Amino acid sequence: MAVRCQYEGSDSIGVFTKLTNAYCLVGIGSCANYYSIYEDQLSEVIPVIHASIGGCRIVGSMVSGNRNGLLVPHTTTDTELQHLRDHLPHKVKIQRIEERLSALGNVIACNDYVALVHPDIDKETEEIIHDVLQVEVFRHTIANNVLVGSYAVISNQGGLIHPNTPMQELDELSILLQVPLVAGTVNRGSNGLAAGLVVNDWAAFCGMDTTATELNVIESIFKITDAPQSAISTTMRNALIDSLG
Amino acid sequence: MEYITPKTEAVGFILCCDCSAQIQPNPTNRCIACIRAKNDITEDIPKQGTLYFCRGCERYLEPPTTWVTAALESKELLRLCLKKIKGLNKVRLIDAGFAWTEPHSMRIKVKLCVQKEIQAGAVLQQDFIVEFVVAHQMCEDCHRVEAKDYWRSVVQVRQKTDHKRTFYYLEQLILKHKAHEKTLGIKPASDGLDFYFTNEQNARQLLDFFQAVVPCRWSQSKKLISHDVHSNTYNYKFTFSVEIVPICKDSIVCLPAKLAHQLGGIGQVCVVQRITNHIMLIDPSTAQLADISSTVFWRSPFNVLCTSKKLSEFIVIETAEAGVKYFKGQGPISQKHQVAEVWVQRASELGTDNTIFCRTHLGYVLSPGDTVLGFDMRMSNVNDENLEKMNPDNIPDVVLVKKVYADKATRNRRRRWRLKHLGLDDDTSSQNKDYTDFLEDLEEDQQYRANINIYHDENKTQASDYESEAEEIPKVGIEEMLQDLNVKDSADADKEKSPE
Repeated sequence: MAVRCQYEGSDSIGVFTKLTNAYCLVGIGSCANYYSIYEDQLSEVIPVIHASIGGCRIVGSMVSGNRNGLLVPHTTTDTELQHLRDHLPHKVKIQRIEERLSALGNVIACNDYVALVHPDIDKETEEIIHDVLQVEVFRHTIANNVLVGSYAVISNQGGLIHPNTPMQELDELSILLQVPLVAGTVNRGSNGLAAGLVVNDWAAFCGMDTTATELNVIESIFKITDAPQSAISTTMRNALIDSLG
Repeated sequence: MEYITPKTEAVGFILCCDCSAQIQPNPTNRCIACIRAKNDITEDIPKQGTLYFCRGCERYLEPPTTWVTAALESKELLRLCLKKIKGLNKVRLIDAGFAWTEPHSMRIKVKLCVQKEIQAGAVLQQDFIVEFVVAHQMCEDCHRVEAKDYWRSVVQVRQKTDHKRTFYYLEQLILKHKAHEKTLGIKPASDGLDFYFTNEQNARQLLDFFQAVVPCRWSQSKKLISHDVHSNTYNYKFTFSVEIVPICKDSIVCLPAKLAHQLGGIGQVCVVQRITNHIMLIDPSTAQLADISSTVFWRSPFNVLCTSKKLSEFIVIETAEAGVKYFKGQGPISQKHQVAEVWVQRASELGTDNTIFCRTHLGYVLSPGDTVLGFDMRMSNVNDENLEKMNPDNIPDVVLVKKVYADKATRNRRRRWRLKHLGLDDDTSSQNKDYTDFLEDLEEDQQYRANINIYHDENKTQASDYESEAEEIPKVGIEEMLQDLNVKDSADADKEKSPE
């Protein structure tokens, strides 16, 4: 079940949060309610880390990562880096990279296997992404936007991309990423998907303004459902139909 | 190299974020129905209004104070309605028109089409109708007419004389120059006329006209009707009093000695030859001319010894050309007149041998036996300051003014022209002596009638064609007359035919 929440009154929760299958980073601030939602949903499985990047709390926009690793921009201080190292699981590699496009969350969209990156990103950065995150890297645009990280949200289950993406491009991306994709919106018609939505393979959080329709699309494409329900609708369904028949 | 036109790619579908309908993506990412339901760009625009209409003059109020004429479904009315609708500056007006309504319903419906940007890149267009109720309100002008209080300024023209010939002349000048068009009304008063106007400006225009055509002076007064202490505005009624010089054609005047000297040594006793915007004098003993402007007159005013009404008839017994002494520095001498020495006898004393000698400027027109109008200085008791100061030897016995051509009845019958009138309650029949005198003046003086419009009188043409015209009577040539526009409608034409 996807959860609606607000970070200090803002619906752009994706800016302040980075969620992967192995860890969750939350921008350090003064909204205990927001943290408790995350801890309630995730802390049994993965660590929820309060972090800042270069003194800013916009960690969702600044970092990029997946189950295998975490990339932080050159603005990150040593203390912050050390703090992240202390709290991340041991198998997660962390790497600070010298990249001109320092808002890594906006220029990289990735799941645990593939990553879409900004077409102008450095060759070295591309290699680091490949090594640290252990993903295949593709330079791409989405609906003529270069900020792929802002306009696409991908998990291992599926992906939501910019509403203006043409059908053909959608199909191409879907083949590239090997996951089903859908064009959609969050926060009542907003195009900024990464800002309004954070997702991993079993949990999703979106801005408070998101409508039921949008929530429905998100849940179905990312396959976020409560386990008992899914059991009834998948494994038990056939048995039920058989017994009725 | 070839230019490849970029193909427009098929845009996918998304779900409307409110109602889950499948739509093409747009800046709001909502379906049209949801956008319409959520946004009403006309909500700041009132859907009803009131137009004020004056039934008296059929005009609409254009706030704050103007009243404009506008037909139903006209451009002017639309402009007025759009001006009345508040909040149109917040949207873009695409189209406006009228929806038909029954004229008696007192409702005017305006159909509007407006556009507004509701979000970056999303412009919404909407049609709607604004209904106006026509309310009756009497306009200020009609109100004042109803209250019989509609003039704001009056021009009072006065001339202190014993006849109305100057005003007949003035009437013709006004008609010719259409100076009366802006008046509310013209009322005859004793010794003159009152012209009423709605504002001061129109009154001043008429005032300027009078100053251009007759010698006069004027003064102004105003009366406070009401005032507003808050806005410091005052509401006045203006009165302009115009006094025309009390001197008329064919009067005899006695000039002050100093003025006579200034006018080129003209004789003090003069005949007024003509009044235009100047007073034109002629000295009967030398045929010397003088023009006196109104400013000169009011600087040294002089009185009339005898008006044209009080002239008496004389019979010419004998005439002879007179020798005139001219001197250096003398004013202009008339070439149209000849000074003659004549012996005349009073018409009443005809048969006695009581003849009087005098000099006159009418030498060209007088011959023995003619009747002439003149003023007998010996027999009259004149109280005039200037005349008393004159040397009694220089005062002529008789001053002849003009020749009498035929009796009034004959001249009236022969007259083939007529004048137009302002429609004042005034008698302009042939029995009115002032009026016929005026007509005769016009016949006798070409320069005088050059300033006015004379119309050809068709009714009289045939009547007088066969009459003998042996007698030489001054008349107006047909070439000087205007043909009046004469439109008869069929009803009138039938009436004329029926007696036959």
